[in-house]
Amino acid sequence: MARKLLLEHINVPGINTLDVYRQKGGYRAVEKALKTLTPDEVVEEVKKSGLRGRGGAGFPTGMKWSFLAKPEGVARYLVCNADESEPGTFKDRYLMTYIPHALIEGMIVSSYALGAKTSYIYVRGEMMPQIRILEKAIAEAKAAGLLGKNILGSGYDLELYVQPGGGAYICGEETALLESLEGKRGNPRIKPPFPAIAGLYGCPTVVNNVESIAAVVPIINESGDEYAKIGIGRSTGTKLISASGNLVRPGVYEIELGLPVEEFIYSDEYCGGIANGKRLKATVAGGSSVPVLPANLTLKLANGEPRLMSYESLSEGGFATGTMMGSGGFIAFDEDQCIVRNTWNFSRFYHHESCGQCSPCREGTGWMEKVLHRIEYGHGKMSDIDLLVDVSRKIEGNTICPLGDAAAWPVASAIRHFRDEFEWHVREPLKSQETNYGIAKYAEPIAKAEVTTEN
Amino acid sequence: MSEKVKVTIDGITVEVEPGTTILNAARQIGGDIVPPAMCYYSKLEGSGGKCRTCIVKVSKGSEKDPRPMPKLVASCRTTVMDGMEVMNITSPEVLEARAGVVEILLINHPLDCPVCDQAGECDLQNLGYEHGLQKTRYEFERRTFERIDIGDKIQLHMNRCILCYRCVFTADQITNKRVHGILNRGDHSEISTYIQTAVDNDFSGNVIDVCPVGALTDRTFRFKNRVWFTKPVDAHRDCPTCSGKVTLWYKGADVLRVTARKDIYGEVEEFICNTCRFDKKKTDDWVIEHPTHISDASVISSNHYETMIPLPVIQENLRLQEANKVELEKTAKF
Repeated sequence: MARKLLLEHINVPGINTLDVYRQKGGYRAVEKALKTLTPDEVVEEVKKSGLRGRGGAGFPTGMKWSFLAKPEGVARYLVCNADESEPGTFKDRYLMTYIPHALIEGMIVSSYALGAKTSYIYVRGEMMPQIRILEKAIAEAKAAGLLGKNILGSGYDLELYVQPGGGAYICGEETALLESLEGKRGNPRIKPPFPAIAGLYGCPTVVNNVESIAAVVPIINESGDEYAKIGIGRSTGTKLISASGNLVRPGVYEIELGLPVEEFIYSDEYCGGIANGKRLKATVAGGSSVPVLPANLTLKLANGEPRLMSYESLSEGGFATGTMMGSGGFIAFDEDQCIVRNTWNFSRFYHHESCGQCSPCREGTGWMEKVLHRIEYGHGKMSDIDLLVDVSRKIEGNTICPLGDAAAWPVASAIRHFRDEFEWHVREPLKSQETNYGIAKYAEPIAKAEVTTEN
Repeated sequence: MSEKVKVTIDGITVEVEPGTTILNAARQIGGDIVPPAMCYYSKLEGSGGKCRTCIVKVSKGSEKDPRPMPKLVASCRTTVMDGMEVMNITSPEVLEARAGVVEILLINHPLDCPVCDQAGECDLQNLGYEHGLQKTRYEFERRTFERIDIGDKIQLHMNRCILCYRCVFTADQITNKRVHGILNRGDHSEISTYIQTAVDNDFSGNVIDVCPVGALTDRTFRFKNRVWFTKPVDAHRDCPTCSGKVTLWYKGADVLRVTARKDIYGEVEEFICNTCRFDKKKTDDWVIEHPTHISDASVISSNHYETMIPLPVIQENLRLQEANKVELEKTAKF
């Protein structure tokens, strides 16, 4: 069994209560940090651990913390981004539901490291049960003297609040989240200034994902160097993967980064293979915004080496043959799934969730959705495929926030790797309504796939 | 005083105050290298960054950090650094991306210029003329909304709106109470008033001037005339609420409408009050100054001259061609 850091005690009954959590060694990190370490030492440990942001971008957390401006007499804030709304990602919800104290412990240690006296957990509006769970857990921690004034006699004060969002995907973007937290319309801000300089209420702010904050706990317990030994290369530690799709056992898994993708899909310890004895056709490795890959490129790199579950290995080959770690929303498609329909579905999501602030994303997402809808329902034209590529190129990189890129990449990559299937939909409008294109050559070994890379 | 910083835009170097945006630095140089701006408005704090037409390429970040910026940036919201090198019209990448933005801005625009009051002084029309395609690739039904009368003086025609947010900023910053804003999300977003409240405020009429397209139009001028048939004249009056400096738009002896004075980027010089704009439409109310200067390239000035076709003698003679350069350029333009 691989090491578990976050989900080690997940199956202990009552782990969601403070008593059981403390019996299992919970809140050790708070005691260690507040009593023996200075805030700068905590930041230093996180830097040493090499922990990378688990929300999608993979920016080193310790580095992000050290960028926080510290002007005299100005409050600093830590905001936890629990607005998890990426299709295919559900790890944060799982963590908050079953082991809420892990997040609260991480929030206390992180807030202490950053010198924040008030911290917020911004939870997506649909997650009402999780909001209740967190509020209950905070009340427990407060009663035990772990929150509030003078925590554990260290002289450090912290107030922790849970804020429900309105359920918009865009509020997972950090500046839109801050706008929403301030009570405004959730439009992303134009950067610079970055939140580390002027964030919540114009004060320096750090926004971190739930999992990144929870991962601070084992880092403090075991020291940053120990944490950095887990994983591979610059992808250190463990990562929660939300596996879904046509798998025998979908669910949330904690993996050590560097696990081969093939092992993750097929081994009995993890997903247990493709359901109903079918074959793998394609995967989305990190949530709906990352490029989709055919089976052969999922399991192997373009040079034939096995692909690993790590930030570097998944993005190996750039956009031509690679994808991204993203937020760890792993979706598997079997041979009977239609990539065109899936691309349309993702596109529909981004069309619905675009905030409408900047023009390429506002108009472009709707355009792509309509064209994809037309192809999927057998009214497409051959020229539509190139039109989609062109529109996605016009959105990508020209928007205020990454939602534009996130909307463009799945479409561009689906056409890059599955062009045959799109063309088949156009050529066979009637047949494509009744049958699926099937697996074609998408699972054949890499030598064939290199043809795709040269396109 | 802080020292000035040097920035090079399309090979032209200019020294500007630190903290200036690339767009404003380009405006100090002037000419063709100024990126077009649909949402940025220098008089409105916080505007800009939304329409993406002003995107430029930063090929050198600064003297200290010469790395180029990874993406195209919105010039209206990016401040200059010492030694920065910017490419606007010299970069094919920028021109292509800008053409893409224009195409995207136009896919849901009704293109009803023949019946639109803004035609002739519309930023989107000018932009489309310079960067747009001949033919649309968008084959779906365009987004439509009902027209809304907000108050008895202003009409909102949401179909034409490009969601630049200028009118929202105007209401926030010029008037003391904002009652309209953006509702909904994505391409369903619309400018609207909450439960159809009328926009009723001394300075609310300025939203008409800041609107880059024909989404907010003056109901007292609606369908009265085409702008290029009217003659603009600068005038002023003693106004207790605003500066009283306006442009009167004449047709014959009648003042058809009153607007604020606009500079070469189509931005108003000073905001005016609703009394000046809607209620003072007699020549007696005003002290006339002089005809408004309108750029030769503008369609508004085109109709004020009998002919633009150069005489045959000019077409043959180089010296005469040189002397009539401005006129000839205008001929080429239209």
